Amino acid sequence: MPVDRRVVLGAAGLLAFPAQAWSAPNNSRVINAMMPAEPAHLNYPLLNTRIMQEICGNINESLLLFDWQFKPHPNLARSFAMSPDGLTYTFHLRNDVTWHDGVKFTARDVAFSCGTMLPQINTRSRAAFGQIASIVMPDDYTIQFKLKKPVNAFLISFMASNAPMMPAHIYKGTNFRTNPYNFKPIGTGPFKFANWKRGEYIHLARNDHYWRKGQPGMDGVYFRLCSTPEQRLVAMETGAVDIAMADDIDTVVSSRLSAHPNIVTRSDAYNGTAEISVMEANMRRWPFNDRRARAAFLHAIDREFLVKAINYGEGKVAHGPIPSTVPYYDEKALVKYPYDPARARALLDEMGCKAGPDGVRHRFGIMMTPDGGGAWTRISHYVKQCLAEVGLMANLEATDWPTQSRRSGNWEFDTDTNSYGEFGDPAIGTARFYLSSNIRKGVPLTNLQGYVNPEVDRLFAQAAVAVSREEAQACYSKLQHILSRDVAMLWLFDRLPLFYHNKRLKNVIRGPNGPSDGLGPVTLA
Amino acid sequence: MSFARRFFSRPTAAVGFVVFLAIVIIALAAPLLFARGPFAIVGMPLLAPGSPGLPAGSDVLGRNMMIGLAYGARVSLLVGISATLVATGVGILFGAVAGYYGGVVDDLLMRVTEFFQIIPAFVLLMVLVAFLQPSLTSAVIGIALISWPQVARVVRGEFLTLRSREFVEAARTLGMRDTRIILTQILPNALPPIVVISSMMVGNAILAESALSFLGLGDPNLLSWGSMIGGARSAMWVAWWTTTLPGISIMITVLALNFMGDGLNDALNPRRGR
Repeated sequence: MPVDRRVVLGAAGLLAFPAQAWSAPNNSRVINAMMPAEPAHLNYPLLNTRIMQEICGNINESLLLFDWQFKPHPNLARSFAMSPDGLTYTFHLRNDVTWHDGVKFTARDVAFSCGTMLPQINTRSRAAFGQIASIVMPDDYTIQFKLKKPVNAFLISFMASNAPMMPAHIYKGTNFRTNPYNFKPIGTGPFKFANWKRGEYIHLARNDHYWRKGQPGMDGVYFRLCSTPEQRLVAMETGAVDIAMADDIDTVVSSRLSAHPNIVTRSDAYNGTAEISVMEANMRRWPFNDRRARAAFLHAIDREFLVKAINYGEGKVAHGPIPSTVPYYDEKALVKYPYDPARARALLDEMGCKAGPDGVRHRFGIMMTPDGGGAWTRISHYVKQCLAEVGLMANLEATDWPTQSRRSGNWEFDTDTNSYGEFGDPAIGTARFYLSSNIRKGVPLTNLQGYVNPEVDRLFAQAAVAVSREEAQACYSKLQHILSRDVAMLWLFDRLPLFYHNKRLKNVIRGPNGPSDGLGPVTLA
Repeated sequence: MSFARRFFSRPTAAVGFVVFLAIVIIALAAPLLFARGPFAIVGMPLLAPGSPGLPAGSDVLGRNMMIGLAYGARVSLLVGISATLVATGVGILFGAVAGYYGGVVDDLLMRVTEFFQIIPAFVLLMVLVAFLQPSLTSAVIGIALISWPQVARVVRGEFLTLRSREFVEAARTLGMRDTRIILTQILPNALPPIVVISSMMVGNAILAESALSFLGLGDPNLLSWGSMIGGARSAMWVAWWTTTLPGISIMITVLALNFMGDGLNDALNPRRGR
């Protein structure tokens, strides 16, 4: 009979593991990393996802580097300065940088990247680079940005994944989406694109003409396609692969891998990306339009247990819109909703969401993130159980990525699970989910909930143009109070995913941007 | 020899029957024994079998595996039996009409049957379920749709040989209408092979449902053995029981059904010891 044979073959195929095919000796100067799925292309700003940040972070660099305190340091720019009114930023560029094809890197490339390409196709760049009024280039290695109004997050917008420099001589005047160099990218980074074997790996080779002397420390990087979590765990344990990035390893087995004698575990590699796991509630629909219902949700979910048990200790309970690892987080400003099912029931009674004869107060859907039974699925199942205890019956809705993206963009959901990154500044990562001006039907990762609060709009606008950090902090503290008081979103936990690497490597994680800053300084331990 | 004696004369058939009966009882009794349902979180995840109150351990979400296994039997049997009933019904209809009338009707219906037979069954099933949205109903429809051609083929073969027998000719001479001949004269005589093939089909349907759930295409609001394995895949290196126990459950059930199928084959085969 045809069915059972295929099932057996399919299961065998999932387990088959070709580790031996690329297993390398311990002193190999080649780094092996993994990708759970292949990206569609390698145009960094066009597809700014985690896997792209990890691959292209080695190819396309930014002008600045950031330390653990999110302070800017020179990179492609030798020095930089802001005018006292916050309206002019001047960058002096290095004059010894060349693109991988030998062309000199100059101010024209920066003007093209920040003035044209990034604001057009990299959504996260718009907040800052959209405010550029004019660009002046006194010489080939000096560039001045004059802004329409002060942009508080201007410098932090040069964090690697927000502002990868793209070559003007390749992209200027072309269609950014169809340029053939999207499949053989050119950058200034420590590694250059060598080869993409579809279905197997992406190979980056050493850039012998890299501007930073003594780097890269290794000869090349392979990003191996490893599509199942079992494969990825075994690949790390056997040493076939040196690096496992966020989500490569299922949280279920994190304790096992951390205990491995050859493995170093880092929990700070994504402090800059700073992702928060959330549930979004469609506030166009009852009862989610009532803040008491949303507060009841948070009171009903035991988020401490969620982090400790369901997510196997990875992460930290989130009480508000700004993750705890980035600037402007203000714990004192937050209104908290500790686990308290009785309070949840009382709030639901108070707002008239009463239990029927079957004990059910309300039936609604949770649109699940399609992760093939991983951490996201477990979170949805747990939340469903917690809410059932207070009479809220969730129907879990399985989706695939296109369906999920279509339904969330078109607001066809009751609640969903999601996560968003902060990328160093609330103006870049947080505001987009709460601004009423960002309610844009058909576009995922916007204000999908339909949350509207004019005071919030005003404070975000004021913070965005603040010149001093103190002024911005005052706005963001107020915002954290208002948003948490309104329960403007169902925050679950800061994700803080673990990053693992083999002990044979060192200098892998050097700042809050983690692997997105590239693997140039990595050497053998 | 009676039907029952012929069936039970084969030891494996007897074992299969007893095991299957036990699984049916467990499935029916699950809601009575475990009122809180399979999704209730009872403690920390990945506790080993034998921990207090957890004879089969807890899964990746801290749920009682024993309750999950019992409720999983419900889903497996429900999908297995309903998909088989639908598939058998459709298969009999197509096979009977094609076999009885022959000619152009036969050609036409058999081309339709072949259309389903030449598409890789599991791929078709996955596409169908994804298209209809994963749920219990879509799994039943999908599995029935990939299973019926087999029944249709067998039924057609039986009808082809039976339709020209004397008793059918006699019925026709008596002026019986076609539907009546098909239903009262030929079908009862064609039933034994259909019963045998259906019992095997239940096993295959259970496997197909498990595979679907494993891939995340099962009903997310029901716990099935396949989804238990799929959800615990990444834990297989740290908690063997989370994948092994549901796997063994599937194996035992399908094996029992196959043993029963063999027994039915013996018992219903007119050439054996009648």
